[in-house]
Amino acid sequence: MSGLMLVFLVVLIFVVLYQVARSSEMVAQIQGEQQFDKKRNKILGFSMLILMIAFFVGIVWCHEYMLPLMGPEAASNHGVQYDFMFKVTLWVTGIVFVLTQVLLFWFCFKYQRNGDKAPVFFAHSNKLELIWTTVPAIAMAVLVAIGLKAWFTMTGEAPKGAMQIEIVGKQFNWISRYPGPDGELGKKYFLNINDKDNLLGQDWTDKRNMDDIIIPNGELRLVKDVPVELIIGSRDVIHDVGLSHFRMKMDAVPGITSRIWFTPTITTAEMKRKTGNENFVYELSCDQMCGKGHYSMRAVVVVETQAEHDKWLKEQKSYYVQNHPEEFPAEAPIVAPVDSSKKITMNK
Amino acid sequence: MSNEAAIHTDVHTHDSHGHHDDHAHHEHKQHFITKYIFSQDHKIISRQFLITGIFWAIVGGLMSVFFRLQLGFPEQTFKVLTMFLGDWAHGGKMDPEMYYGLITIHGTVLVFFVLTGGLSGTFANFLIPLQIGARDMASPFLNMLSYWFFAIAGVIMFSSLFITTGPASGGWTTYPPLSALKEASMGSGLGMDLWLVSMALFVVSSLLGGLNYIVTILNMRTKGMSMTRLPLTIWALLFTAILGVLSFPVLLSAAVLLLFDRHAGTSFYLSEIYVAGKALPNVGGSPILYQHLFWFLGHPEVYIIMLPAMGMASEILATHSRKPIFGYFAMILSLIGITLLAFLVWAHHMFVTGMSPFLGGVFVLLTLLIAIPSAVKVFNWLTTIWKGNIRFTVGMCFALGFVSLFISGGLTGLFLGNSALDIHLHDTYFVVAHFHIVMGISAFFGMFAGIYHWFPKMYGRFMNNTMGYIHFFITFVGSYVIFWPMHYEGVAGMPRRYYDFSNWESFKQFGELNQMISIAAIIVFIAQLFFVFNYFVSIWKGKKVTDPNPWQSNTLEWTTPIKPGHGNWDGEIPEVHRWAYDYKDDGNGGDFIPQHIPLKEGEESH
Ligand code: HEM
Ligand SMILES: [Cu+2]
Ligand SMILES: [Cu+2]
Repeated sequence: MSGLMLVFLVVLIFVVLYQVARSSEMVAQIQGEQQFDKKRNKILGFSMLILMIAFFVGIVWCHEYMLPLMGPEAASNHGVQYDFMFKVTLWVTGIVFVLTQVLLFWFCFKYQRNGDKAPVFFAHSNKLELIWTTVPAIAMAVLVAIGLKAWFTMTGEAPKGAMQIEIVGKQFNWISRYPGPDGELGKKYFLNINDKDNLLGQDWTDKRNMDDIIIPNGELRLVKDVPVELIIGSRDVIHDVGLSHFRMKMDAVPGITSRIWFTPTITTAEMKRKTGNENFVYELSCDQMCGKGHYSMRAVVVVETQAEHDKWLKEQKSYYVQNHPEEFPAEAPIVAPVDSSKKITMNK
Repeated sequence: MSNEAAIHTDVHTHDSHGHHDDHAHHEHKQHFITKYIFSQDHKIISRQFLITGIFWAIVGGLMSVFFRLQLGFPEQTFKVLTMFLGDWAHGGKMDPEMYYGLITIHGTVLVFFVLTGGLSGTFANFLIPLQIGARDMASPFLNMLSYWFFAIAGVIMFSSLFITTGPASGGWTTYPPLSALKEASMGSGLGMDLWLVSMALFVVSSLLGGLNYIVTILNMRTKGMSMTRLPLTIWALLFTAILGVLSFPVLLSAAVLLLFDRHAGTSFYLSEIYVAGKALPNVGGSPILYQHLFWFLGHPEVYIIMLPAMGMASEILATHSRKPIFGYFAMILSLIGITLLAFLVWAHHMFVTGMSPFLGGVFVLLTLLIAIPSAVKVFNWLTTIWKGNIRFTVGMCFALGFVSLFISGGLTGLFLGNSALDIHLHDTYFVVAHFHIVMGISAFFGMFAGIYHWFPKMYGRFMNNTMGYIHFFITFVGSYVIFWPMHYEGVAGMPRRYYDFSNWESFKQFGELNQMISIAAIIVFIAQLFFVFNYFVSIWKGKKVTDPNPWQSNTLEWTTPIKPGHGNWDGEIPEVHRWAYDYKDDGNGGDFIPQHIPLKEGEESH
């Protein structure tokens, strides 16, 4: 009922406004078109000037409000490059923005029709047109040049000795896999997947799989100043590994393996201190629409020192061991690849 | 290049169906149905497109209000949501599935039904025959079909809102596998089929329309109307139609392949998938193929939306500055440049799909190239109003607002087009801000400018000015308030298509801001209802037009009677002697010389 009342009220307001507006036009008619035109142009020309001032004040105000809310500085080598490029682009576009917007609103104010100016016939000028074709062209060339330079380093081969971690998306969480002591990720195939004991569909005939560690909540453990290459995949639909603090992003596409690499430069602990936020975490967000839980597809990224990382690694059991505890007596050491394969055959 | 002969027979055939025209001599009574519903008069069809477009704009806008309520106030419940969404919003809180359904349909209908069908359909139909001096389209019948395909597409899309599994919900881009597998999401069930069928019909509609526009512009210009005398509106509409005709079929093929994958067991887009507890048999397809096909339309699509707005803004800016458009040929060249490049930049939407970095580099280069013709247009518009005698009609205000928005939105394209920046900004709110400003809002401004400007020609009455100004100021300020801060959210990495941010340490600090944006969105939405009200009331109650050329404009549509009948001109179609922009001293104290006025002795043609 109240909804109906509201609609009624709104319509009523519209009608009243329309009537008021109409009577103001009657007045205009009585004044005469010319007089009215002049008055209107004066009011609106002036309004445009006010609009411009409001616009720029609003922008500054918005900027001041937003700055403290923005995330911290980039936490990777590529991110630093990104931040630099962003600044350059912001300056270039910012200058053009201010220039053109000011001209636009200023012309509105300055050249309002007030009835006593003769028309100016100025239909074209090769010189002017040449200028504003070449100047943007040069600006674009500069932006493309720095852009491509950054792009090719970001997408180039990962450096030798980069740590490899696999990250796989599924509705609606991430799964990460570490190569274990042998430093290599084993083969997998989607037909082997099952949610009970083979999340990624590892092929157990490939011995490199035996020591692979799987973290089912997708946690990524990275080491400060050590390049990391992410091997990205998906089990079902397209997801996207979004690493906003590292300024990196890559789709996770079923049937296709994609990769990105970067070098984290600030540990989580350092970042907590820098931001003064005890709860600070690096987060991995899914950035490609993947269904109803898309917005909750989160994983945590930890950047730590080498020592911390080694300690953590030691505590992990390989996925195979976790799921086949009967094959491994409790006192046995964490599997080394060759041993483990031997053990399996021996146990049989 | 007269089409007089062809037209006479045309008018005749119509007459034999009992056709009529408001002013002319033969005043047979025509049935309401043939006159207003299954009409073949381009002016009626254009109004049909416009009113259907307005309907869809209200639907799409209302959806944005609903999902903005969710984004701004994730903790609160709203009765109004339950009222409209029923079980999809139990206890006043919207389901995530409905959230995704709403953004999908919001995006789809605003892009395709409002700013393509509604915008091109309205103004191509209305302006092409009137401004080139033709009695109707080359094929009025196909033109009518074009509208009816559009209408049916709309009915199907609308019906998908009422089915139990809900509408398509994979985003307006509907990427497979999500959109291909009904196991992957509720909206990928029947809703997705309806979406695909509706889009297929929409493509048919836009092809029928587009071909007609091209043929009409090329063949049916009145005597003296050489291509280089055409108003820029027509040039823009021509390239819009060319873009559509060449790219929409690709979308159709994408949709058909997707239908096959969904129902015929093919694997065009599917490979190695384990979903809902089982592995699917499909191998060898590529989801990326769909993205290539989609964006091969998707990118030209943004220019299909922009060009008509650009054309109308050019025309309106010149008319109300009482100055010729600056750089007419540069404007045409830049339209050509934009049209060509529009086909060569599609993969800038796919920088992070793992494409070859080299290819990515090529697309960066081509993408930033397109900034050059766009910049030329902006500078030309600015020079057009420079030293003008600006008359602030409502249409002019919107055209000026269009320029401001196009600048703001175009510049952020330089960030996204540069892959090394896109690698961070892709699929964040920066993108949402960018495309809303440059394509959504600015095209809407072009459309509003066009409606306010040509309303007198459409209905023989004016829209109410005061209400128009209120509409303009609220919309202009409101749009910036809504979308400007979204850039910052995007720079902070806040992903788009998120139902709720409160569990994210990195994004939850924007809660208060999101509230503010939502409130602004509601205000802007109400201001649009203002416009709708003004539009419909003015059809019957607006101030009557008394001067056939109320804006002192040069183009041919203003030489028709105040309310032209089918056939547009009562007598002969006027012959054209000059270009459309002779806004100059006419020797008698006037400041314009319409196209049909012969050159004076010693006067140089442009
Ligand atoms: C008051 C006006 C509008 C508001 C407040 C609004 C708001 C939004 C928001 C917040 C989103 C992002 C939702 C999300 O990512 O979760 C969105 C998506 C979108 N909007 Fe709008 N919008 C408006 C008008 C328009 C217009 C005029 C267009 C026409 C081009 C448009 C086209 C789109 C598209 C294509 C999407 C993307 C949908 C998707 O992600 O698949 N919107 N809108
Ligand atoms: Cu996801
Ligand atoms: Cu594009």
